[in-house]
Amino acid sequence: MLRNSFWKYAALTGAVAISNIALAADTIKVGVLHSLSGTMAISETTLKDTMLMLIDEQNKKGGLLGMQLEPVVVDPASNWPLYAEKARELIEKDEVAAIFGSWTSVSRKSVLPVIEELNSVFFYPVQYEGEESSKNVFYTGAAPNQQAIPAVDYLINDLGIERWVLAGTDYVYPRTTNKILEAYLKAKGVAPEDIMVNYTPFGHSDWQSIVSDISKFGSKGKKTGVVSTINGDANVPFYKELGAQGISSADIPVIAFSVGEEELSGIDTAPLVGHLAAWNYFMSVDSEANESFIESWHAFIKDEDRVTNDPMEAHYIGFNMWVKAVEKAGTTDSQAVQDAIIGVSVPNLTGGLSAMMPNHHISKPVLIGEIQDDGQFEVVSSTSGLVVGDAWSDYLEGSKDLISDWRSPLSCGAYNVKTAKCSGQNY
Amino acid sequence: MMRLLNNDVGGRWLIGSLLLAIVLIPVLNSLPASSSLYFPTYSVTLLGKYLTLALLALSVDLVWGYLGILTLGHAAFFALGAYAMGMYLMRQIGDRGVYANAELSDFMVFLDWQELPWFWQGFDQFWVAILMVMLVPAVLAFGFGYLAFRSRVSGVYLSIITQAMTYALMLAFYRNEMGLGGNNGLTDFKDILGYSLQSDHTKMALFIASAVALIIGYLLCRFITTSRAGKVVVAIRDAEERTRFMGYRVENIKLWVFVFSAMLAGVAGALYVPQVGIINPNEFSPLNSIEVLVWVAVGGRATLYGAAMGAILINYAKSYLTVELPEVWLFVLGGLFVFVTLVLPQGVAGLLKRKGTE
Amino acid sequence: MINQWLVNCLSWGMGCLLLVLANLSQAGTFEIVEYEQALIKAKFDQKAQIMASWYEADQAQAVHLMQLMLDSQLYYLKQDKRLYQVEDASSGAIAQRIHDGGLITLKKKRDVKRVSINNRLRSVFRQRVTETQLSAAKPQDRLAAAESIIGDTTPELMATIARLRLGETDASVLAAFDLVLAVATLHSSNEDQQRQSIRLLGESLHPASLNALNGFLLTYPQSPLIPMVGKYVEQINGKVDFYGSLETIYFGLSLGSVLVLAGIGLAITFGVMGVINMAHGELIMIGAYTTYLIQQLMPNHIGLSLLVAVPAAFLVSGAVGILIERGVIRFLYGRPLETLLATFGISLILQQAVRSIFSPLNRSVETPLWMTGVIDINPLLSLTQSRMYIIVFCLTIFLLLLAVMKRTRLGLQVRAVSQNRDMAKSMGVRSEWIDALTFGLGSGVAGVAGVALSQLTNVGPNMGQAYIIDSFMVVVFGGVGNLWGTLVAGLSLGVANKILEPWAGAVLSKVLVLIFIILFIQKRPRGLFPQRGRDAKG
Repeated sequence: MLRNSFWKYAALTGAVAISNIALAADTIKVGVLHSLSGTMAISETTLKDTMLMLIDEQNKKGGLLGMQLEPVVVDPASNWPLYAEKARELIEKDEVAAIFGSWTSVSRKSVLPVIEELNSVFFYPVQYEGEESSKNVFYTGAAPNQQAIPAVDYLINDLGIERWVLAGTDYVYPRTTNKILEAYLKAKGVAPEDIMVNYTPFGHSDWQSIVSDISKFGSKGKKTGVVSTINGDANVPFYKELGAQGISSADIPVIAFSVGEEELSGIDTAPLVGHLAAWNYFMSVDSEANESFIESWHAFIKDEDRVTNDPMEAHYIGFNMWVKAVEKAGTTDSQAVQDAIIGVSVPNLTGGLSAMMPNHHISKPVLIGEIQDDGQFEVVSSTSGLVVGDAWSDYLEGSKDLISDWRSPLSCGAYNVKTAKCSGQNY
Repeated sequence: MMRLLNNDVGGRWLIGSLLLAIVLIPVLNSLPASSSLYFPTYSVTLLGKYLTLALLALSVDLVWGYLGILTLGHAAFFALGAYAMGMYLMRQIGDRGVYANAELSDFMVFLDWQELPWFWQGFDQFWVAILMVMLVPAVLAFGFGYLAFRSRVSGVYLSIITQAMTYALMLAFYRNEMGLGGNNGLTDFKDILGYSLQSDHTKMALFIASAVALIIGYLLCRFITTSRAGKVVVAIRDAEERTRFMGYRVENIKLWVFVFSAMLAGVAGALYVPQVGIINPNEFSPLNSIEVLVWVAVGGRATLYGAAMGAILINYAKSYLTVELPEVWLFVLGGLFVFVTLVLPQGVAGLLKRKGTE
Repeated sequence: MINQWLVNCLSWGMGCLLLVLANLSQAGTFEIVEYEQALIKAKFDQKAQIMASWYEADQAQAVHLMQLMLDSQLYYLKQDKRLYQVEDASSGAIAQRIHDGGLITLKKKRDVKRVSINNRLRSVFRQRVTETQLSAAKPQDRLAAAESIIGDTTPELMATIARLRLGETDASVLAAFDLVLAVATLHSSNEDQQRQSIRLLGESLHPASLNALNGFLLTYPQSPLIPMVGKYVEQINGKVDFYGSLETIYFGLSLGSVLVLAGIGLAITFGVMGVINMAHGELIMIGAYTTYLIQQLMPNHIGLSLLVAVPAAFLVSGAVGILIERGVIRFLYGRPLETLLATFGISLILQQAVRSIFSPLNRSVETPLWMTGVIDINPLLSLTQSRMYIIVFCLTIFLLLLAVMKRTRLGLQVRAVSQNRDMAKSMGVRSEWIDALTFGLGSGVAGVAGVALSQLTNVGPNMGQAYIIDSFMVVVFGGVGNLWGTLVAGLSLGVANKILEPWAGAVLSKVLVLIFIILFIQKRPRGLFPQRGRDAKG
């Protein structure tokens, strides 16, 4: 008995200690922090595979700085505190040069203090609510001004929408986006009674009352549109209910910010034809870069039916930016990479160049697509030029005076131009 | 204290190891990083987290192992304690948030709140927070237990309504109107009692605090279960009606043990938050409560030390497997549930006991 | 005709003009092939112009093509750049040439490309199609067209309708025409005409009528007719409220039947056998995946596949259930709380297994055509058909299960074993066999519920999790061991949820319902319909 529990204890501490001995560094390690189990696996597994493919391709091109890249994949199991724990493990134990990961805002928020404390480099590939700019994080997904505002402009100008339903899942991304849109619409002269805001819980499955409300809201004689920030699993029953109540895209078009090709692959899209989505990339985009990206994705995943989506493009851009910055700096040292990466520009998949801005957001085109019955989007509108991601929205009371610029001498993520004070990280 | 540990070999080992860890780990941690015995700070925090979860398992074992209530909602008490601590840590950020607002936290500025909600008042004081860490779970447990035990809800029904309780709380905390950060919860903590949470010393101190809390929690549980009242508790578990007929106020005893257990879970939550750096409504998830039961079952129900041991073992396995074999983790966890209930009803502690008597 | 087109074109802009010039330089006459090729090459904003001129040239064909584009059936062959109608573009599909009706077989899917349209075109085309539908042969087509333009017309359209009205024979179409005209005459300067319109609109329930009357209140605040309009508006609003609450109850019943469906299998395994089956949600999931697989096997018979899926899901989930009972649960009888742990473990394993086999992505299950659409009771109340089927399906399953439990030998033996195992054994009942069958029955019913749920929500590894807590609440609230209790509990929780939702919001109403259940259990610890007898202790 005595001996037993002692050895148990010794083995426990021993195992922790041994696993901490650093391995010899003849490769450059890249951390991949995406959930492979639990509720987020549905979205994040694809991004893990994308990263493995990108790293594999880079290695075939001869690696980086003469060394091979080695992916370190961990599974935070859709558990938010575990994201922070795994990030710390990747940086402290595995000594990765950079981490690519996360999907939800809460997982990014969980990782953030760790990344900042250990001064690492983190690439976040999903569209998000903005209102953040960290020295250590590079936001390759869309900020609200790279998705929501152009989408609403399209609805106003091209579809003549006058009445608005802002429907979202109750969490920070829809809340912020809807607040920005409300302010934007009111500035455009939309009356408050022509805006209906609705929040539902995660995974909401019974949409009967809400869809019926939307339909009644839309029967008041003005052309009505829905701006949907409904998240993940709740989308399928929502669209199914729209179809069931006979609301077609011609009656009340829905434009979604969280529904892409991958989400559509789990839905029968016939009743959805004509509804819209706003992204910075669609699989159907006609460009050489996209063509070859899809080809290598199919070859890598060994399945011709798999689709590509916007967050995958974000990883594609982010990874290539990181590679270029490392080459420019000649080292993977995170401080040097942070300095070198600003201004780096790499090809995106829509046929242009995306650049890393001083606020750690990137410039991208904004595309509006209509859902087709084969689960793809037909691009119906795109911005004429690139849109630069805005960390701090001009339409929010608390942040309209804030700017972010990580170049010296300012070197600040939240600089108030009115009070000339810097707040947030390191202050 | 020694009297409490009479006939409790497992408990002596648990406390012995904890004391040893308190002494040894700071020493190993101060060695140079190149040394093969070096114990990195990262692992200290991880171990600290396991200890808080062990404390949670202890509180569940007290209720399940000794009161016979299969609670599917203890994560609620844990999370409430954690939120109370999280609120204190949020207030400590002061004007270092991104919006540089000394009064309001970032998420409140974000949602256009003009003033601090009433229930945030006082949380800038550490002692208020500590009080709330224990008081809030205790009040909930009292209210819930008072109603449930008085109307003699028991068995499966009780289990299901504990689940309903934590589920309802989870849904409520997800709402942004609750004023507790919604889905994102509370995060980006800076310091505790003026010490930076990023410093190695603070982390070590939190680890030691967790170990000490576990020791004290263990002794208190041991005191309850070996005292006269503890004997009644076991009697209630095994034959509630008979105990009632012998004149014991069964409801009251059950209620007080339940409330104590909730407070213990709250303390565990409070120690958990500064070490993991985030608290969000997901901690209320019914799934979490059920997972705690597995820790207890694997370690050995109604042994106390077994529960603590089970929590540490399984969480270590989780940390290990989610890195090495991510896809296998749920198979292993699921398999453990089935295996332990079928083959090892007494858990690892039972196995050790059998070995010991052989 | 070409001149006419040229005039239209000029007013539309340069792009069209160039097109016309190019065409005119080729030949004096304008051929369908030129329209076709213009349409293929055109950008979205040009397509409307091309179709408009085509409409001028050949109304019937243009409308036909617009309808095809609306249905995404208009393609062009890359080879000859002509338009074809293709119902389902895949290799081997038949394509029909538009201009001469000739048929060809497609070699490859990529041989053809769809003539794409966007939302703006869609509404333009729809309007055109609607206008021609006003004089369609079938009365219901005319009615639908007329109703869709109430409150949304142009002066030209009004003239058309006034003309059509003279020749119209169908009473309901006539009434719809009258409404269309009434909205316009509301703004007439003749007070008598106005009064007549108000009376007509005030007695109709169409939403556009109410909008028109409300508009009247705002536009003519001085009019002597205001009290009359106010009275009608009040009257209509009363009806809107009335039908709104009927709709809420319908929504509640349909949500309730989803809850009953999800919970009824549990009412057997948990209620009758006392097994706390945490893997119940995953048995529902297995039923849904079975539906998915059957649809994959018979992709051309979606409606039929759903019917096949019902027995298939019952068998698959039932078999898995029997496997779980024989493999794990039978060792745990008498220890209900430990079955909870073991079955929870099984649920984790099943989830991860599905994730490993089918990938973590959701699967797409199609809804057959006969399940979509709405039943219009009146303009204010229409019931969704899919929900109607779910309610009927739920009741059918419930009655079948009730019959099995009350009327068959199996049911008798199940009840005997659950009430007094030893006595039943001594009467010659093979109790082990009955245990396995009962658990299989409960699991099978869960699988059948999965078929229904696959029509409403995601089919993915997490779907079971979404229903397990609700299922337990329904069964416990109704009273363990009582099928009627489950039915009443499910339906009343569904209705309560929907009644609360408008003023409390979706989240809070759910929280309130949970709190209600917690308090209710305190008051009546055995649920709505407690099982009698001394063995009933949970």
